[in-house]
Amino acid sequence: MPQYMALLYNEPGDEATERERWALLPRWNDVANRLRDAGVLVANAALHDTVAATTIRVREDQLQLSDGPFATTKEILAGYFLLDCADLDEAIGWARQLPIAEYGSVELRPVFAPEDLPAG
Amino acid sequence: MSALERAFREHHGTVLALLIRHVGDFDLAEEALQDALAAAATSWPRDGLPDNPGGWLATAAKRRAIDRIRRGQAQHLRATRLAELQERTLSDDPFAEEEEIVDDRLRLIFTCCHPALAMEARVALTLRALGGLTTAEIARAFLVSEPTMGKRIVRAKRKIADARIPYRVPTGADLAARLGGVLGVVYLIFNEGYAATGGEALVRHELCDEAIRLGRLLCALMPDEPEAWALLALMELTHARRNARVDEAGHFVALEAQDRSRWDPDALAAGRAALSHALALSPPGPYALQAAIAALHTSPDGPPWAEIADLYAALPPSPVVALNHAAAVGYAHGPQAALELLTPLLADPALERYAPLHATHADLLRRAGDSRGAATAYARAAALTENTVERAELNRRRAAL
Repeated sequence: MPQYMALLYNEPGDEATERERWALLPRWNDVANRLRDAGVLVANAALHDTVAATTIRVREDQLQLSDGPFATTKEILAGYFLLDCADLDEAIGWARQLPIAEYGSVELRPVFAPEDLPAG
Repeated sequence: MSALERAFREHHGTVLALLIRHVGDFDLAEEALQDALAAAATSWPRDGLPDNPGGWLATAAKRRAIDRIRRGQAQHLRATRLAELQERTLSDDPFAEEEEIVDDRLRLIFTCCHPALAMEARVALTLRALGGLTTAEIARAFLVSEPTMGKRIVRAKRKIADARIPYRVPTGADLAARLGGVLGVVYLIFNEGYAATGGEALVRHELCDEAIRLGRLLCALMPDEPEAWALLALMELTHARRNARVDEAGHFVALEAQDRSRWDPDALAAGRAALSHALALSPPGPYALQAAIAALHTSPDGPPWAEIADLYAALPPSPVVALNHAAAVGYAHGPQAALELLTPLLADPALERYAPLHATHADLLRRAGDSRGAATAYARAAALTENTVERAELNRRRAAL
């Protein structure tokens, strides 16, 4: 079964906006439960704000750390769902039910399967 | 087009659709079909056209697909697919089950027009897979280089494979939304040919013809979908006037001055029949309203403008609809009423560079007796249009003030 990584993006909001978003928790739980019941959910998590992010690079054997996210854009990666779906339409069908689709966005990326690796 | 090319064009979509179902891979199916077409290009002129060209191509392509899988490097991955494919006996008539063929082609259309693909990729894939146009032909029609178009098609096919865009006709509530997308792709192909913003006239006509062929195919495959019939009607009725839009000297001819004997009576009849069919199936949707407007434009006693204005008012609002509505009101109730409707459009910064708005504005000012205002508006419209035939006409009208 192909896997899709649903990457959840949104613009961080002010306190009032954040409170509104936390109020959506029952809806998040509801989708997550239905994904689990349907046998689609592999893993999911919300991520702490990019204030807590550390970016790691190794260049010429030297570890380089920097504070903050890899790319500074308005929308930040807020969480993810790893899903087992038969095809893109099924993955879209689930992704559109995630509350963040209404105020942020969901990027669906197919996960490399062994048979997708280059031959030879 | 030679008989051979015509046969290729005609069978391309059907054979490709069947192959994709059998081999389960868009790319492999297409490569195998190319091999089969190359083989046919040698053997058909020598041995004559086979009795069943589509069946010949399907059988040959399936053999080539098996060869290609055998030669493929990732043996362990392809073994299962090969076993599945060989189970289907090659001696059977590949087109024995008519139902399956209908489904195959529908599946292919919905895959090529999947909303997860960029619009330009949907257009290119549809023309390539269903229309059987070569990459070079599509590139020429859309005024991009062949390598650019080739890359666009390769990327789209890779996305279909990697993201696993299903080879399937959507069902239930999804069907209505997705069918709208498919019709949108076909209409875009038609408009690209009709609007003729540039390029070779012949290639452009070919795009209109191809869009109409796709429209007919959709009606044949989904005879109960009113908007499919309505889109076909709209395209037939619009295309029927193609030869009257430009005179022998290559000048643009406005509707009221068109030589009706140059309208295509078969296309008009086909368009009207398709429109009746659509209206018999359901209350008119957006394509049916536009088709009705196109049909009224060709009324024997001249266009009934008040009725046309009402139909524009019933369409989902957009700047283009608002402009056409105002123009129809101008013919029905005089230029002053139309100029009032145009005021908000002229104030919209998004439409500042929209040539048809300024052309219509100029016509209305001229008819209202404001020659100076009309001259300025004609000049503005002429400066903004990229179509040389239209620009010449706008300059002619300005000079005639």
